[in-house]
Amino acid sequence: MADRITREQVQHVAGLAKLEFTDTQLDAFTPQLDDIIGLFETLSEVDTEGVEATTNVSDQLNVMREDVAEDWGQSAALLDNAPDAERGYIKVPAIIDESEDD
Amino acid sequence: MNFETTIGLEVHVELKTHSKIFSPSAVEFGDDPNANTNVIDWGYPGVLPTTNKGVVADGIIAALALHATVEQHTHFDRKNYFYPDNPKAYQITQADRPIGHDGWIEIDVDGVKKKVGIEEMHIEEDAGKNTHEKDYSYVDLNRQGTALIEIVSKPDIASPAEAYAYLEALRQRIQFTGISDVKMEEGSMRVDVNISVRPIGQKKFGTKAELKNLNSFNYVRRGLEYEEQRQQKVLMSGGSVRQETRRFDETTGETILMRVKEGADDYRYFPEPDLPALNISDDWIQELDANMPEMPGKRRDRYVNELGLTDYDAMVLTQTKEMSDFFDATVALKADPKIASNYLQGDVNAYLNDNQVDLSATKLTPEHLAGMINLISDGTISTKMAKKVFKALTDGEEPKAYVEAHGLVQLSDPAKLQPIIDDVLAANPQSIEDFNNGKQRAVGYLVGQIMKQTHGQANPTVVNQLLIASLKG
Amino acid sequence: MNYFDKDLASLHDDLVNKKMSVRELTQETFANVKATDAKIGAFLTLNEDAALKQADAIDADGVAADNPLAGIAIGVKDNIVTKGLKTTASSKILANFTPVYDATVVEKLTAAKTITIGKTNMDEFAMGGSTETSAFQTTKNAWDQTKVPGGSSGGSAAAVASGQVPVAFGSDTGGSIRQPASFNGIVGMKPTYGRVSRWGLIAFGSSLDQIGPITRTIKDNATVLSAIAGHDKHDLTSSDKAVPDFAAGLNEGTSVKGMRIGLPKEFLAEGVDDDVRKAILAAADTYRQLGATVDEVSLPHNQYGVAAYYIIASSEASSNLQRFDGIRYGYRAQDVKNLEDVYVKSRSEGFGDEVKRRIMLGTFSLSAGFYDAYFLKAAKVRTVILNDFKAVLKDHDFIMGPVAPTPAFGLGDELMDPITMYMNDVLTIPVNLAGLPGLAVPAGFSNNLPVGMQLIGRPFDEGTLYKAGYAFEQNTDFHSRLPKLGGQN
Ligand SMILES: [Mg+2]
Ligand SMILES: [Zn+2]
Repeated sequence: MADRITREQVQHVAGLAKLEFTDTQLDAFTPQLDDIIGLFETLSEVDTEGVEATTNVSDQLNVMREDVAEDWGQSAALLDNAPDAERGYIKVPAIIDESEDD
Repeated sequence: MNFETTIGLEVHVELKTHSKIFSPSAVEFGDDPNANTNVIDWGYPGVLPTTNKGVVADGIIAALALHATVEQHTHFDRKNYFYPDNPKAYQITQADRPIGHDGWIEIDVDGVKKKVGIEEMHIEEDAGKNTHEKDYSYVDLNRQGTALIEIVSKPDIASPAEAYAYLEALRQRIQFTGISDVKMEEGSMRVDVNISVRPIGQKKFGTKAELKNLNSFNYVRRGLEYEEQRQQKVLMSGGSVRQETRRFDETTGETILMRVKEGADDYRYFPEPDLPALNISDDWIQELDANMPEMPGKRRDRYVNELGLTDYDAMVLTQTKEMSDFFDATVALKADPKIASNYLQGDVNAYLNDNQVDLSATKLTPEHLAGMINLISDGTISTKMAKKVFKALTDGEEPKAYVEAHGLVQLSDPAKLQPIIDDVLAANPQSIEDFNNGKQRAVGYLVGQIMKQTHGQANPTVVNQLLIASLKG
Repeated sequence: MNYFDKDLASLHDDLVNKKMSVRELTQETFANVKATDAKIGAFLTLNEDAALKQADAIDADGVAADNPLAGIAIGVKDNIVTKGLKTTASSKILANFTPVYDATVVEKLTAAKTITIGKTNMDEFAMGGSTETSAFQTTKNAWDQTKVPGGSSGGSAAAVASGQVPVAFGSDTGGSIRQPASFNGIVGMKPTYGRVSRWGLIAFGSSLDQIGPITRTIKDNATVLSAIAGHDKHDLTSSDKAVPDFAAGLNEGTSVKGMRIGLPKEFLAEGVDDDVRKAILAAADTYRQLGATVDEVSLPHNQYGVAAYYIIASSEASSNLQRFDGIRYGYRAQDVKNLEDVYVKSRSEGFGDEVKRRIMLGTFSLSAGFYDAYFLKAAKVRTVILNDFKAVLKDHDFIMGPVAPTPAFGLGDELMDPITMYMNDVLTIPVNLAGLPGLAVPAGFSNNLPVGMQLIGRPFDEGTLYKAGYAFEQNTDFHSRLPKLGGQN
């Protein structure tokens, strides 16, 4: 097997993506990802010296919304759709790590 | 070993907008959980964000207020991480082109002035709130999507006292722009700090520890003081500081380890494809700049140079925008600036302290205060009467109407005062003799008698003039 | 009644002239779908009760002569959200998900009084080219039920080709409208990026996704695109350009005379099936006979499109699909002990293999240390590819070529080999990277399986593509050949 991505890296990436794979799945997945990353690496053949990145092809620029509040009246329906809710809150199993980001 | 300290601050300021930064849901607090949410705030399948123009304007205003360069070619980025209060599992923020960069503010520690650099400031969305109970956590998304500005300082701050002064100055400037209430106790200003120490002469910065969830400027200072000592002790005992996140314990005054950071977090930032880029025009920046509320420094100069106040008075009046605006409005109604300043610093502040309220929460208005001051200036009421009138103002009464209704009008008409003076003189021949023998005390006694006759309503200045004239007859 | 070979205009005439009521048409449609779908498997969810109510309401008002879409049955791909109607994106993670709002496209169609028959099968989260990654069912090609219908909008294409509905909506991130249209011998338009609002389209690759119509004729397609296009305040990437009445210009006078057409040599290179090449060369001759010039041109970086696309689309998808976390809606794994379990188990149980593969590729491409070499590099190559198109379209009215290198392949043939599957998109992907409009037009047959031609235009010039497609359709009869299956046909 080529070594563009190792089994450990696959597991690390799975951790970032909140996915888990069994050993059997990893056996199948790792060489597949490795092959695809090999395909990705063909991009190095393209000379992109001085080329700007394109991340959006919309013809729009500077479009913004006025600062006006609207109530779409959806909160009850949204709570109805939640897997678990109580007293108007979304309920989830206890959060252990309290280190929030913002 | 001698050490030097390096402190960095990341301050989140919550903007006072009507709607959220990427959704039109109302920004309101205290409502039922999840009441102010829609499909965007919940990160529903298929939803897209829309940029609130007011937030971009506020970002430009903040940049201008902090002497920063406005980034005219800007865009949003996604910061990816999973947390229940983060519904899309990414935060829309600005990573590589923040709306402002390379600013500064001036701080003053014990009279020593210093400029502290601001690395950058960016606009972004706030997360919801989690409440933790024993086995479950509860998520409220009302706050999700509220607009924030994050302001990141340069590593110019060298002591906890400077950090404190930086926060004071930053809060004051932001508050004067009017874009935020900047109240730490209400969460509209949130501060994360990092601190490292290194032996003097060492080029490389020391390993920094981060302090999170600090609830007041004082805790920031005390937490940093503790942390500065702790890190110095670690280094002096030959140890090394770990990169970790710590919490300040308000009761013990110590910092407590929350978690050790192993390597950097991997947020996988990339440009937000759902939002077109922004090209901020010179015209828009100029327009916002022209309409920018006057900053505290400029106001202080104006108070001293144009209104004749002392430096100290000017400093006290510009502590908060509310007070300064109130003062300006009062003076604009032709109230004497010195008297207005004295009332705001004296009676008004005392009233606010006694009742633990903000000026805006009282019934006091610039119109009423100016009305009262003008009644003092034109001699209608005495400063003594004004004590009563001020109390009435705090109940929302109109000064002129109150004064008339309660017969507080000062007696200044010589035609009415002269007969009373004549009567008092006639009843006190001894005092006239004392006066003629050069005893000035007699005047005070006679004035007292006149005031007694008029139930305190006589204008003391006029009484004095008339009395002296009569005595010298 | 058999309306399999009727276009929108004649259905509309029948409804206006009360040859049939909207209720009759709707009932017939459901009866036919039920009769044929055991073979085709196009629909995941039917909307019968609501549809009949809506039909009655339209009958009560009468079908207006100036509303060509009133009472017309449509199919909607299951990644376009429909209020109150189950929407799954063919994923277990949304198996029981009912949206609380309508996509803008759905709102516009409701306003135009079309009748939503149901939601069509697709590759899970639109990731795939055969509709085989659906968590729920297999859809078959209308022409040969041992072949794939293409994908990811395979359900929509099969429904239209098999006569179940005259119009269905798909989404196209890398070819997902054009390729299934081509595999089923019908017309599919991937509009210019920003032409149609994405509000309510469950995002896959946000900078690439577009909703578009799949129909049996060019004119029908043009009619429908005008109805769903336009700026939407909910989608800031949607264009504020005016939307023409695309169908209005299509008539006997429609001509390609004097047009310059570019035929990129890379589009007929190695890997393209002989029959496909022949069909495209024959189409080029047809255009020449109709008075156009066809030049050989070059899109020199075309071959890099697949790699750039799979990096960009997967990166965006990895982020877009993070919201499926078991917290607020959709599938939450059972027997979870803590929050981490909710995340990991809900996602690992809820997503299929292809979706996981793309999430992994995207997460990897954005991760620390790899961003510059993968995501950023791909974004730069995207610029290079865009510039190739600009250069050709500067002096050519449009570009022509095949939609896919081969006709429909066999069920199960490619599912096991991702790279073969990805390479199948080599001719459609660059169009999405460049944000251009792309139209699939029936252009031939190979062993009784349809072959599609792709017309690629300048930004917002769908009009020229429709004209060229219409002129071709008027001078060929590929579109009038129909597949044979049970039910009404
Ligand atoms: Mg930060
Ligand atoms: Zn932040």
